[in-house]
Amino acid sequence: MSARRTLATAGRVLRQIRHDPRTIALVLVVPPLLLALMDALLDGRPQAFQHVGPPLVGLFPFIVMFLVTSIAMLRERTTGTLERLMTLPLAKLDLLAGYGLAFGVLACAQATVAAAVAFGLLGLDASHGVLLVTVLAVANALLGMALGLFVSAFARTEFQAVQFMPALVMPQLLVCGLFVERSQMADWLQSVSQALPLTYAYDALARAVSPGQLGADFAFDVVVVVVVAVLALALGAATLRRSTA
Amino acid sequence: MNSAIVTEHLVVVRGGRPILRDVSLQVATGSVTGLLGPSGSGKTTLMRAIVGAQRISGGSITVLGRPAGDRVLRSQIGYVTQAPSVYGDLSVTENLRYFARIVDAGDERIAAVLTTVGLDRHAQRLVATLSGGERARVSLATALLHEPPLLILDEPTVGLDPLLREELWATFHDVAHQGGTLLISSHSMEEAEECDALLLLREGALLAADTPDGLRARTGEHDLGRAFVRLVTDQQRAAAA
Repeated sequence: MSARRTLATAGRVLRQIRHDPRTIALVLVVPPLLLALMDALLDGRPQAFQHVGPPLVGLFPFIVMFLVTSIAMLRERTTGTLERLMTLPLAKLDLLAGYGLAFGVLACAQATVAAAVAFGLLGLDASHGVLLVTVLAVANALLGMALGLFVSAFARTEFQAVQFMPALVMPQLLVCGLFVERSQMADWLQSVSQALPLTYAYDALARAVSPGQLGADFAFDVVVVVVVAVLALALGAATLRRSTA
Repeated sequence: MNSAIVTEHLVVVRGGRPILRDVSLQVATGSVTGLLGPSGSGKTTLMRAIVGAQRISGGSITVLGRPAGDRVLRSQIGYVTQAPSVYGDLSVTENLRYFARIVDAGDERIAAVLTTVGLDRHAQRLVATLSGGERARVSLATALLHEPPLLILDEPTVGLDPLLREELWATFHDVAHQGGTLLISSHSMEEAEECDALLLLREGALLAADTPDGLRARTGEHDLGRAFVRLVTDQQRAAAA
């Protein structure tokens, strides 16, 4: 692995994004707009808004980076740039870390804007600080990136790649506890929820914005998110082949 | 032994179909070797196998004294795929700068390769806005950045205007004069004339390996295209007999 090549890759990915201002605008503007929509929707029920709003700030980057990474990696595969890179002295980890850095920066920007709107303009509470929510958001973004990278190996076309979002992300979002408390779910749904990484991402966020001590449960949530992200990244690395049959 | 590339009894099977059947060949160091044959004859597969991107089913490939795909070779081969493999959403210079960082080439090489491929004027253009031929030249330029001792070029001159084509061939010969080795695929017999040695591939098998003059002498045909046809018909006649 080489820091120089990792940074070059991160710089290259960021430059690609910079050439696409519309994407940057969408990434930054859509989450706050959705939060504002939710605020209007839950008008007069501040408790309900306080329940779903703050965790969403940290979950948007997961969803967006999952999509962006799966498409970006699919493009590298279909345009032949990945095959070229694999014939060059670039370690797979350089490529993955480069993507991680670049999308981490993007996720940071997205979470910062969303957090500023949510906790500033819309008056939501983050008991343990806005910074903690932002840090969790970046961790979730890396989890989304790692999963997106892995599934991109199973998509031949961009049409297929976008379908992985409703197929793999939506169910996790539905059962993570955001919409229905996990204690109120059927037993089997609780088990399913317990097996999905987004549940832990949500749980950590929910604890970070609620009063009370951040105890061992919070630490466990964060560890699960990080470990699953690393595992998915390792699986993703295994799908980058120097030679194919 | 002065061969940059040696394959012995190389076999590649893809999806149950044999793509290369028992190909044994050599590419001399410091030569411009043309890999010729109709489309579907296995040229691209052979090149991918040499750069280590294609898994092989049998035989062996030695590149610069090492087995194909060896980690050391990654900084010694410049490989240009048939479809330009560069980033459309970056400018020409941004593409070159990225690949230069990966192969440890200095920034001064960027200007040099831009001149070589005749793209100085388009350095700041977004690659997606270039024509197909221009994009192919960006792809070629990235492979020249670190001046690798071995260049594997898959149809590098398709769709180029004749003047530029001639200039690029002059560049290829310059590289060879400085000790570099080039394996260049083409389906143009006109370009075969430019090569020091020719490898003729047909249906995944090596039909002939010779110099252009050697091929003429062997077939009694002056035109290399006709010489190729003669080789095929002779082979078919021999097979039928």
